[in-house]
Amino acid sequence: MTVNQVSVFIENRQGRLGEVLHVLKENGVNILSISLADTTEYGLLRLIVNEPERARDVLLEAGFSSMLTEVIIIKVPHTPGALQNILALIAEKNVNIEYMYGLSASANDASIVMKTNELDLALEVLRAQSIGTMSNEELMEL
Amino acid sequence: MIWNKEAECMSREEMTALQSERLVRLVKYVYDNVEFYRRRMDAAGVKPEDIHGIEDITKLPYTTKDDLRDTYPFGLFAAPHSDIVRIHASSGTTGKATVVGYTAADLDVWAECVARCLSMAGVTRNDIIQVAYGYGLFTGGLGAHYGAERVGAMVVPMSTGNSKKLTTMMVDFGATAIACTPSYLLHLSEVLRDNDMLDKIKLRTAICGAEPWTDKMRTDIEGRLGISAHDIYGLSEIMGPGVACDCEYHSGLHICEDHFYPEIIDPKTLEPVADGETGELVFTTLTKEGIPLIRYRTKDLTSIRRGVCECGRTSVRISRFSGRSDDMLIIRGVNVFPSQVEAALIEVEEVTPHYMMIVDRENNLDTLEIQVEIDKKYYTDEIRGIERLTKKIAGVIQGALGINAKIKIMGPGSLKRSEGKAVHVIDNRKLI
Repeated sequence: MTVNQVSVFIENRQGRLGEVLHVLKENGVNILSISLADTTEYGLLRLIVNEPERARDVLLEAGFSSMLTEVIIIKVPHTPGALQNILALIAEKNVNIEYMYGLSASANDASIVMKTNELDLALEVLRAQSIGTMSNEELMEL
Repeated sequence: MIWNKEAECMSREEMTALQSERLVRLVKYVYDNVEFYRRRMDAAGVKPEDIHGIEDITKLPYTTKDDLRDTYPFGLFAAPHSDIVRIHASSGTTGKATVVGYTAADLDVWAECVARCLSMAGVTRNDIIQVAYGYGLFTGGLGAHYGAERVGAMVVPMSTGNSKKLTTMMVDFGATAIACTPSYLLHLSEVLRDNDMLDKIKLRTAICGAEPWTDKMRTDIEGRLGISAHDIYGLSEIMGPGVACDCEYHSGLHICEDHFYPEIIDPKTLEPVADGETGELVFTTLTKEGIPLIRYRTKDLTSIRRGVCECGRTSVRISRFSGRSDDMLIIRGVNVFPSQVEAALIEVEEVTPHYMMIVDRENNLDTLEIQVEIDKKYYTDEIRGIERLTKKIAGVIQGALGINAKIKIMGPGSLKRSEGKAVHVIDNRKLI
């Protein structure tokens, strides 16, 4: 299963990130996780939110370049080497990981957001190994 | 030292007679050989027989850079291609370059004019001169080169782009003169200082051109390097460097007016302005064979001064340039029109018409940053996607302008929209 992530391109300018967050707040969108990839010129803001479609739409309306990106959220047990094992399996299939960041940690596992170039292939590998992925519905319950 | 006393110190009467004779011949030559001029003059109701002397020049129509573009590449050439021995080109206002051609006689005149200018800067056959203008289609390198050879100096054709090699050779060869842009010379002075080489150089004079600078910058350069610096002026349409230069008294640039007849006009009314008043500089190439131009509007703003200079030269002088009557920028000595950038960006599918050029100067070298907004559907979630696009745009700009620009992709709507005339350039360079 994949979930929709909201991505926003923001040029490096003071207060620009705050403006994005302000738009989400005004529209009652709850942010579950946030990642900011920064370069010298611009940043790519990646958000896991409770209502991705609406978040994208209100940001577009406010003039931002927001888009939805399909990502995988995996649950990784609290065992040393667990994530490494998963990545090794994915790498075996020649699937590249574009980026990843943490979502949350619970008593049993940690959830990690992952973007790969071959989503279906990655999902197949995960399914075969019975590694759980989160759905949009599950996400709403967090 | 005066290279050609006869031409440079001619009495006003003799000069007027010479210019008159040459103009009459020129007008007949272009009327007979250039269809463009024949039509222009016919439309203006002027025949070659109406031109009896230099005072009749105002009867003739102007020529502009757009005329060169419209007749690209060779439409204004007056000499047959078999007589053209050299081509140079500079930036046009849009995609197409401005192309000029020289006959062997033109190259001879050019070397003569540059030799006069170098002599104003004190260069003689005993000098070692590094020519650090770009060699190639740009007139700077080859123009200065052949002039320096004409003087008989030892010419080191450095071209541009390697300050380390240049400063090393400056010291090792004991170079006494250099030809380059003034901002580059300032940069070199810093390279020399940072490498503790300032007391090892033998440099004594510099011939700087291809971009506007001020008297303060000149004295700054002179102080840093312990040399005298001179302002050489030219443009490829007229010939290249060597149209005018300032002598050791620095009281204006002496025009080689036996070859290039200057006028100053009001760029709005196109009427001549009085001596001393600032206006647009217009040139008529009195002796050119390859691509002779009549009343060519340079768009450079300056004023004219007459009278005998302390150096003994009688030629008309122009003051330092106070700007341009169009939006042309000079970046690292290269002419850049915002319209060129616009035309290039239109070719890139992902880019919107919103862009901003930021020109600045870091370590005395010009920098150009172009900020662009891209179409919403092309913003991507991946850094490598943005980088790929940045490289693509940079390549297109390099191809169009011939200089590297830093491309900065901006978020949608982040570039200021202007009401009325769009502002596409922010020039943060201070002419100090």
